[in-house]
Amino acid sequence: MREVVVTGVGAVTPLGVGARTLHERWSAGVCGVRDGEAPCTDFEATDFLSIKEARRADRFTQLAIVASEEARQDAGWGEELPYDASEVGCILGTGIGGIGTIETNHIKLESDGPGGVSPLAVPLMMSNAGAAALAMRHGLRGQCFGVVSACAAGGHAIGSAMRAIQCGDAIAVVTGGSEAALTPLSRAAFGALAATSVSGVSRPFDLHRDGFVMGEGAGVLVLEDGEAARARGARILAIARGYGATCDAFHLTAPDDAGIGQAAAITAALRDAGLAAEGIDYVNAHGTSTPLNDRAETLALKRALGPRAHEIPVSSTKSAIGHLLGAAGAVEAVATILALRDRVAPPTLGHVEADPELDLDFVPDTARPLALPADRRPVALSNSFGFGGHNAVLCLQAA
Amino acid sequence: MPTTTTTDQVEPVVTEALISFGADADQITPEATFEALDVDSLDLAEMAQIIDDKFGVELNGNDVKDIKTIGDLVALVVARAA
Repeated sequence: MREVVVTGVGAVTPLGVGARTLHERWSAGVCGVRDGEAPCTDFEATDFLSIKEARRADRFTQLAIVASEEARQDAGWGEELPYDASEVGCILGTGIGGIGTIETNHIKLESDGPGGVSPLAVPLMMSNAGAAALAMRHGLRGQCFGVVSACAAGGHAIGSAMRAIQCGDAIAVVTGGSEAALTPLSRAAFGALAATSVSGVSRPFDLHRDGFVMGEGAGVLVLEDGEAARARGARILAIARGYGATCDAFHLTAPDDAGIGQAAAITAALRDAGLAAEGIDYVNAHGTSTPLNDRAETLALKRALGPRAHEIPVSSTKSAIGHLLGAAGAVEAVATILALRDRVAPPTLGHVEADPELDLDFVPDTARPLALPADRRPVALSNSFGFGGHNAVLCLQAA
Repeated sequence: MPTTTTTDQVEPVVTEALISFGADADQITPEATFEALDVDSLDLAEMAQIIDDKFGVELNGNDVKDIKTIGDLVALVVARAA
């Protein structure tokens, strides 16, 4: 199969606009959680988009457009695409889609009747709206669709994009994930499930973790056929080595408590990458800060990686930006790629008191250089697990 | 009570809507075409809703398919309201 490389990354996160901003601030120990949530406070769509483009997009789409613009420029794509547009795809994940639009229009329906509902309601709320908007903005005419798999959507989108390139269905794919679900209904609904943190603190793998902190944002990557990217002289950031996806088929919201499905996805990603556990240097964990996820994920890592699980740093981006739901896998892939580039394991913030059951090296509080031979190009796993038992694992290597 | 809807009443409503859609205020004149202002079918669907709300005039896709300019739209609304 063809090699897939990452040539550009972009992100809008609670740590600010920009992939490097995310990487640098997380590595420096900055936390974007405010009052129990992690909003993209500085993000104002019309700073980046025309009035027309902004109002034709739910916030989840606005975030994706801005991240995609950064990724495209980072990849060195000019005004013209470097490939035939019909061979450039767009696959974008989201957990929910335009829930803010749904809620606003439902309020109008209740107050004004059917005539109060906006003609823009459907095109803004649909979960594929982000993918469609990116395709229109960048003129991408290859395969284009949204991926919906709760908090694994970003990981699934990137994995699907890898496959499209490996199979020759596309030369390049703009991919990632986006979410903007800091809305009254969404807050209440996750709260009713007791999934969100009552303390309002994201502390993955800590003894006192009590749920996730909801955040918003988007991460977008430009993936290209390695041969084509090299032929055009592209700067290559990372190699997308492997992808594994499984389902727990166990419970609608809880992970398989032995981590079997998650471990199977990790194993599948390793197999796809042609690597053994010893080939992994860092794990960017799903690490939600929920009691159930962090326990199951720890078991899954030990099950899949064996003794190697105890030798490598494992950290959670969600400790710095909360849980970005369907954007999480994509934003975390971006963070992982930049961490690999700098050969650093960013920290798990808020990890104060170890849970005796969770006995891996979670890189508490302070970033740490990856201990590697100088000639080794480090490899990481980026885990994404979602309600529904969806598991998606990416294996990424520094260029 | 007079119920006549006039051009002077409709024009500001249409102009305000177009500006909110992202059109350049300086380019909005009675002669300006929807095409020149980058007003598309989704904008016209929103415009129809605003006009119904303000003037009680219902416009559908057939009503607007042949009109090209802002002036045409205003005239149509005034005629329908009469």
